[in-house]
Amino acid sequence: MAKVFVPTPPSPPPNSSTPAIQWLKRNFFNSPFSIVMTLLSVYVIWSIVPFALNWAILDATWTGTDRTGCDANPDGACWAALRVRFWQVMLGRFYGANPEEIWRPLVIFALFVVIAYLLLSETLPGEYRLYLGGFALIVFPVLTYGLIHGGMFGLKVAATSQWGGFMLTLILAVGGIVLAFPLGIVLALGRRSSLPVVQWLSITFIEFWRANPLITILFMASNLLPLFLPSEIEVDKVARALVAITLFQSAYTAEAIRGGLASIPKGQFEAADSLGFKYHHTMGLIVLPQALKVSIPAIVNTFIALFKDTTLVGIVGLLDVFRMAQTVSRSTEWKGFDYETYIFSALIFFMCCYGMSRYSQSIERKLNREHKD
Amino acid sequence: MSDLAIIIRNMNKWYGKFHVLKNINMEVKVGEKIVVCGPSGSGKSTMIRCVNRLEEHQSGDIIVDGIELSDDLKSIDKVRAEVGMCFQHFNLFPHLTVLENCTIAPQWIRKVPQKEAEEAAMRYLERVKIADQALKYPGQLSGGQQQRVAIARSLCMEPKIMLFDEPTSALDPEMISEVLETMVNLAETGMTMVCVTHEMGFARSVADRVVFMDGGEIVEENVPEQFFSNPQMDRTQMFLEQIIRH
Repeated sequence: MAKVFVPTPPSPPPNSSTPAIQWLKRNFFNSPFSIVMTLLSVYVIWSIVPFALNWAILDATWTGTDRTGCDANPDGACWAALRVRFWQVMLGRFYGANPEEIWRPLVIFALFVVIAYLLLSETLPGEYRLYLGGFALIVFPVLTYGLIHGGMFGLKVAATSQWGGFMLTLILAVGGIVLAFPLGIVLALGRRSSLPVVQWLSITFIEFWRANPLITILFMASNLLPLFLPSEIEVDKVARALVAITLFQSAYTAEAIRGGLASIPKGQFEAADSLGFKYHHTMGLIVLPQALKVSIPAIVNTFIALFKDTTLVGIVGLLDVFRMAQTVSRSTEWKGFDYETYIFSALIFFMCCYGMSRYSQSIERKLNREHKD
Repeated sequence: MSDLAIIIRNMNKWYGKFHVLKNINMEVKVGEKIVVCGPSGSGKSTMIRCVNRLEEHQSGDIIVDGIELSDDLKSIDKVRAEVGMCFQHFNLFPHLTVLENCTIAPQWIRKVPQKEAEEAAMRYLERVKIADQALKYPGQLSGGQQQRVAIARSLCMEPKIMLFDEPTSALDPEMISEVLETMVNLAETGMTMVCVTHEMGFARSVADRVVFMDGGEIVEENVPEQFFSNPQMDRTQMFLEQIIRH
């Protein structure tokens, strides 16, 4: 007799709802070693957190216009110092000294946040994003310089040597990132080009800037360059630093993008060729859109590194947010409050870099949803 | 204009010192359907890839639709405009929807306005019976569906000649027939087709001629009935025995 096929009835799923105790046991107390480590960790946290909390928040001095309050309270942080000097740390000496002018950088900052949000969040339809992108690349930098520097429309002049603080950090980082990005694309394509001269030039450029520390490049840009230029040409100090950062960063961006380009299968090029696409179409429409998406994590990684590296401009006398905060604890009025100023600048860097990292993660997740193959 | 779509004359190709294609001679008439078969490594894919210059030949002539293929970039562009190609691994653009895959080339190369390009694309997608998936991404489709989209994408450029490079080799068995059916329908429209394939049923029913290659040479060339029932060369016989045995 032929066997009749009888499907096996489905069995119930394994019990996946684990009570809290079981979870604790599995994750923290599953072996003698892990028990010791758990107890040790609890002890360390127990001895640090209350102290830090008391020092930084509960016992801290939050108000006051001079150091008398802080001196009377040595067991708490002196946030009053940073409150008094807040605008100087954020915007540099000129705006710190001219509080009635701070609306100028604040307007620019607000615009920057709005533009960045609209461009990055994909709320705008494609066409408008293109226009906004054009505005952000061409009009916005001019507007930024005009408004922050002043000297026209009756605005007081804020010389670039007086720029500083978080504002300068942002200008150097965002400027460096935005300028280095297209340069990096060109270099990455050049490095993979079939034309030997283009390839050789790209490799030389990338390897030269990658093989030098940023400090050296900044130093050369600000101290050596003027020696070679005629004395009547004086290039602005901030501009020189920005150029140095851009050249440095473009090499890293190029290498990140090259990784993405290498991940595009040969079949994509062949399909584009067989349809009759020319080089610029193949690259612009087919290869780069895919390669850039693949390299977003690597690119953002270089952006985060650059953002932190902007502190190095201190070596050529520019005062970024870190150096500006340092000047507070080195001034006669607030001498000695080093922890507070370092912690403050660390917090600012953390917020910016963590934000970038989260953004890159969300993009990655979104791309994984969109097209997997 | 002659009625020959493709002329290959004394064509040779080397990969370094390895002689991949030896003295290839072949003519394809307008509207003719050619099936190229042979064991793997016999040079059949390389040969059809020379026809639209995905591979470069080192000696001999290839003349496609009256245009001689040379190092001149213009002649390559002209030939590619007349020749569509489908690949073993489809090679759809994964970052574009099915519809965009079909419109991107007409829009950017032929400068067809977006609306017209989309209408034409939908016509071809309907012809390959996949219009209902137009807004999906390639990664969301099955292999057979992707290959049909790839055929539609090529057709959107309105080629005179279609090349197929093992279009069903990467497909699961149950997907093969839907792609072959699409190719049969395309053959019925009078398209000139050169197909590298192991689908002997397709060769029997559609091909005007079957070309058998081995070791970089064309060993035998015949109409399907003769080719399958009365192969002339030993090598052809051996090959047919091997693929028909299972």
